[in-house]
Amino acid sequence: MTDLEAAAAIKTKFGEIISEPAEFRGEISINVADAERVAEVCAFAKSIGFNYLVDVSSIDNYGDDPRWTVVYHLRAIVNGAEIRLKTGVSEEKSELPSVIGVWRTANWHEREIYDMMGIRFTGHPDLRRILMWEGYPYHPLRKDFPLAGKPTDLPGVAFTLVTPMEGGPFVTVAGGHDSIAREPRVRVPEDDEVQLNARIEARGDNKDLRGRAFGPGPMEKK
Amino acid sequence: MQAQTGQTEFGYNSKIEGDVVLTTVDAALAWFRKNSVWPMPMGLACCAIELMAAGASRFDISRFGSEVMRFSPRQADCMIVAGTVTYKMASSLKRIWDQMPEPKWCIAMGACASTGGMYRSYAVLQGVDNIVPVDVYISGCPPRPEAVLDALMKIQDKIGKQPVLQDTVIARALHLQGASNNQG
Amino acid sequence: MATVQDIEIRDAAALAAQAVEDAQDIHGEKMVLNMGPSHPATHGVLRIVLELDGEVITKADPDVGYLHRGDEKIAENMTYTQFIPYTDRLDYLAPLANNVAYALAVEKLLGIDKSLQPRCQYIRVMCCELARISAHLLGLGAFAMDTGAVTVFLLTFTEREKVYNLAEAASGARLTTSYTRIGGLMRDVPPTWCGQVKQFCDEFEVALGEAETLLTRNRIWVDRLRDLAVVSREMAIDYGLSGPNLRGSGVDWDLRKNRPYLCYKDLEFDIPVGSVGDCYDRYLVRMEEMRQCVRILRQCLEKIPGGWANDSHEPVNIADGKITLPSKQKVLTSMEELIHQFMLVTEGVNCPSGEIYFGHENPKGELGFYINSRGGGVPYRLKIRAPSFINLSILGELLPGCMISDVPVVLGSLDFVMGESDR
Repeated sequence: MTDLEAAAAIKTKFGEIISEPAEFRGEISINVADAERVAEVCAFAKSIGFNYLVDVSSIDNYGDDPRWTVVYHLRAIVNGAEIRLKTGVSEEKSELPSVIGVWRTANWHEREIYDMMGIRFTGHPDLRRILMWEGYPYHPLRKDFPLAGKPTDLPGVAFTLVTPMEGGPFVTVAGGHDSIAREPRVRVPEDDEVQLNARIEARGDNKDLRGRAFGPGPMEKK
Repeated sequence: MQAQTGQTEFGYNSKIEGDVVLTTVDAALAWFRKNSVWPMPMGLACCAIELMAAGASRFDISRFGSEVMRFSPRQADCMIVAGTVTYKMASSLKRIWDQMPEPKWCIAMGACASTGGMYRSYAVLQGVDNIVPVDVYISGCPPRPEAVLDALMKIQDKIGKQPVLQDTVIARALHLQGASNNQG
Repeated sequence: MATVQDIEIRDAAALAAQAVEDAQDIHGEKMVLNMGPSHPATHGVLRIVLELDGEVITKADPDVGYLHRGDEKIAENMTYTQFIPYTDRLDYLAPLANNVAYALAVEKLLGIDKSLQPRCQYIRVMCCELARISAHLLGLGAFAMDTGAVTVFLLTFTEREKVYNLAEAASGARLTTSYTRIGGLMRDVPPTWCGQVKQFCDEFEVALGEAETLLTRNRIWVDRLRDLAVVSREMAIDYGLSGPNLRGSGVDWDLRKNRPYLCYKDLEFDIPVGSVGDCYDRYLVRMEEMRQCVRILRQCLEKIPGGWANDSHEPVNIADGKITLPSKQKVLTSMEELIHQFMLVTEGVNCPSGEIYFGHENPKGELGFYINSRGGGVPYRLKIRAPSFINLSILGELLPGCMISDVPVVLGSLDFVMGESDR
């Protein structure tokens, strides 16, 4: 069974909610329009041979609706067929069924997606943070969360500060003046940038309490 | 006991004094202490691999007396922070540092431990010196094992100059001269 | 003056009552033991919360994330080439393999992965196999040291130093090589490199024989590893294991054979597959893989285009100015090359809009990069499919039933590295 045949089989079974298979660089992707049924689709995929879940990823389409895209990479170990399932989840809902009943490896994948993006998985037995510590208030991989982080209260150690991003284009800050139109790499909500600039203006400099520079450095800020 | 340059640490010249060394107790104790620094390898990331290479046969850290890598902080002298310190790890690291008995020293090995390195992100502590007092910083990503040995030698120099009996709790308790003038 | 101690003579009923009380004391509450994150028997900063009933583990909950550095978010702010040093630090035992994996992923996105220069492909294969040897050696050394066989650790580190010498000769750095670039390599290998690889192969086989003599038929080693933490075929596939862990459980899946990339199609090698799925099988799979690596290296040395010293000056980078940096002489004299250099350095390689997934056979398992690009030189989303992260998820199921002294053995046989797991 090739990738295309498998995609066709899934489309035949589930009808409208499955998009036409798209092909790019030899890989087949199909879109599942209804996120609530993704566990069903996955279970069917497993029954036709996709017994290995390679990866579950999440994408933040900041500014678009639906905001979240959850991407499943499936593989059939028997014959090597691979397929990609994508499904969109809106920000208001931020929830979709867990596929842990289909492949047990989805357990940690989904915990990581919850930790990094904030998407919840219904039916997951133990949905808690995995990479950040318990009680971390943010979801770091969201596009509106800055790379430098936000200060939090970490029990045990007295602080977490914003990382100093002084100078140099080695890390370009989101929404900075050097990002160009054909690179929609990160979109920043306007109020964050306004707040940042207001902080800089108010203090008269861009140094934090420890005297380290934060925010866009001299190369970015014009 | 004679150093390469001809200067002697203890004013010892074998032709005149024979086989007897005269020195201060402090200097002797400091010499014992510095040549048996037992590291506590806080091996977190890639630098830990170069630390292990420094302990292996090619670079041989045991030449410097640091053969026993004590993973228990209670038995270690020097904590070598090798690798990126994340905020999640920071509290454990501080706790282990607190568990080490005095006198203790700290080496921040590599760029990540010194300043956060190339990981300027939300999860990384920008330098372990935010939570523990660092004596020697080693730059490099990862530093070569020779750099680790050089840092160890610097620590040894530092220990060699530290007073052992003066200005210590014992000295103050015994009301030794010089100690009563010092605070804390 | 001796005191006389009263001896209590109990009757049967009292003895029976005492026995019941003792039994209740023995089967008391379970103990919760926190292992890590700083612990000599873990391969990095892993914390496992163990619930113990005496010596037997009843529940195990691994806690990862102590080395989470935010690589994926950093990737969204870097050009593709700027991200290469971060890939070194993923599986820091085999940085060359990570570099190759990432370069191949971006090249797949660009659509040039089938048109790489032949010499570049062979050199990349050699780098991958050297990295595989290096990673397995350290995994084996740390594994043996955790169980008590310290000699093996020093032996493997001596061999690893030779691999470090090779990596340093090729790329300039021992550990964090950053050797590959999009479309090729940082530079060609020096003329003496291949001779050094040949010498290494010869010496390494002898050393590997020594390590095998010390361990493989060692009574203590076999007793500690045999029939421990058996992972069945179905469990291995269901838990998404990859690499030697998957093959140790009897699944014949190796990306070099099943989804070949670079020039693996032209090379002859075998894939060791286990039968039982216990720790001993995984150990044997890794040992045999190292031998197969040497076999691949020898073939590459024979077949490398341009020969050892590249007398025919085979190119190593793709000749596309929009992807690989032009030569410095041209940059400073010719306008077109100057513009290419400028665009590549400041904006990065302009990738088409689209998404790809590329899985690479890393020593620890399948290292996959899922790149979602919306055009431009910076990825919109880069997800790293880390084999160690997924291999660790099986611990919660594998450890209960083992004794606490089996924990270092299980961890060693799974052979994970936290830099990759936590990214």
